[in-house]
Amino acid sequence: MTFLSYVINGVSLGSIYAIIALGYTMVYGIAKMLNFAHGDVIMVGAYICFYAVSRFALPPLLGIVLAMLVCTVLGVVIERLAYKPLRSAPSLAVLITAIGMSYFLQNMAQLLWTANPKVFPTAAIFGDKTGLGLFGGSLKISYVTIVTIVTCLVIMVGLTLFTRSTKMGKAMRACSEDKGAAQLMGINVNLTISVTFAIGSALAAIAGVLLCSAYPNLVPTTGSMPGIKAFTAAVFGGIGSIPGALLGGLLLGVIEIFARAYISTQLSDAIVFAVLIVVLLVKPAGLLGRQVREKV
Amino acid sequence: MEVLKVDNINVYYGSIHAIKGVSFTVNEGEIVTLIGANGAGKSTILNTISGLLRSRTGSMQFLGQPIDHIAPHKLVGMGLAQCPEGRRMFLQMTVQENLEMGAYTQSSATIPGGLDNVFAKFPRLKERRKQVAGTLSGGEQQMLAMGRAMMSNPKLVMLDEPSMGLAPILVEQIFDIIKELHAAGTTILLVEQNAAMALEVADRAYVLETGKIAMSGTGQELAESPAIKQAYLGG
Repeated sequence: MTFLSYVINGVSLGSIYAIIALGYTMVYGIAKMLNFAHGDVIMVGAYICFYAVSRFALPPLLGIVLAMLVCTVLGVVIERLAYKPLRSAPSLAVLITAIGMSYFLQNMAQLLWTANPKVFPTAAIFGDKTGLGLFGGSLKISYVTIVTIVTCLVIMVGLTLFTRSTKMGKAMRACSEDKGAAQLMGINVNLTISVTFAIGSALAAIAGVLLCSAYPNLVPTTGSMPGIKAFTAAVFGGIGSIPGALLGGLLLGVIEIFARAYISTQLSDAIVFAVLIVVLLVKPAGLLGRQVREKV
Repeated sequence: MEVLKVDNINVYYGSIHAIKGVSFTVNEGEIVTLIGANGAGKSTILNTISGLLRSRTGSMQFLGQPIDHIAPHKLVGMGLAQCPEGRRMFLQMTVQENLEMGAYTQSSATIPGGLDNVFAKFPRLKERRKQVAGTLSGGEQQMLAMGRAMMSNPKLVMLDEPSMGLAPILVEQIFDIIKELHAAGTTILLVEQNAAMALEVADRAYVLETGKIAMSGTGQELAESPAIKQAYLGG
């Protein structure tokens, strides 16, 4: 029974990683850049929801929507101000800018909201629903866990349908393959990149709320470690691939929880990254990633 | 009527002066070809017209409107389609999705008609409409690239080396299609290294040498010119 509960905890944590990983993977797929500030957008989303619900006593759903709105705007503004001017710059310059943006957001958060930890109002958001008891109560699944897993699945299905069958979704796939050719089709590449950042950042807000609901300690650096792990998950599954983000996220979550439970709490992160290294040695493009061969 | 007027454009790659004061026109219903060796600047000119590159000086007009500062994605909606060098398919998208991308600026109601049109011209594409473009042969990809350019219902199609890398029999096929498009009234700007084929179908031609127009005339005049014969047609 404990084994099963570890699996469920792992899947739940993995679902959060997967939602964050989607932001990395979509932005990488289209803008071909690693947006290291993505993790910190999660933190901003969590703070917005925290203030909306705890301080202004808004209804939780409104708090989440507000967090999504703020993060969407934040993501688009970051892209416009920091990344767009570097569209044709070497990728190293963009990477450094993204790291700088990450620290900028963390420091802004510290200025605005201080470094004192905030206790995330999980109970206010999810009520006092006790969740599910299975096998005569010997296996308990919390309400937050269920909501997290379901949310992740809904987002995955939604995004897959979006990229497969909407005009904007197809334009995103076209841009991810060849921006020049996409422009010759009449696709507005800048708009498409903005939409990608908007979607990724709105998802980051959801991930922030879910993350802090499961681990309710909110500080300005809350987003950085999950951000890095979700980035790992994206690489693990094959960066640029939406199903890869899901698979990578879930595996990473389960491995992390198992390592914590059966091997060592301190070593759990090291084990996660060791597994990543082994996977990349065997499959350099990640589990579901495509090996891109240059045509000669 | 002049569909395209290029007037004295100069294009640079950094400090390299790639296009040096090139001027030419394309009239409605014509096939105009730009021929020249590798590196003469043919693709650079097309990419400048479609806005992927910018000219430092000079001006360009499309259907009477200046287009020097218009974003590439807006030109498609104005009726300018480019079928780029190397075909540039969206290899992970299906044949049909590639064609739909070609009609990106059109209202979605025009897509079924456009698809029928392309499939009538290229029955092979209809058979393979659900396949991803990466699985197509080179000839099929070229057909897809041309079909995709036709989907926006363009006033001018710019074809960049449609014969590149194709077997001779496929080159013949591609040129037959170009003739068909021409017969149907499409205005075409054709860039080619295969000078013999290009001059055969062209109404008028310009010869490009190291970024300058060295000669111009009707397709036939140039095909018969001794200088051209020696330089481009193998004696």
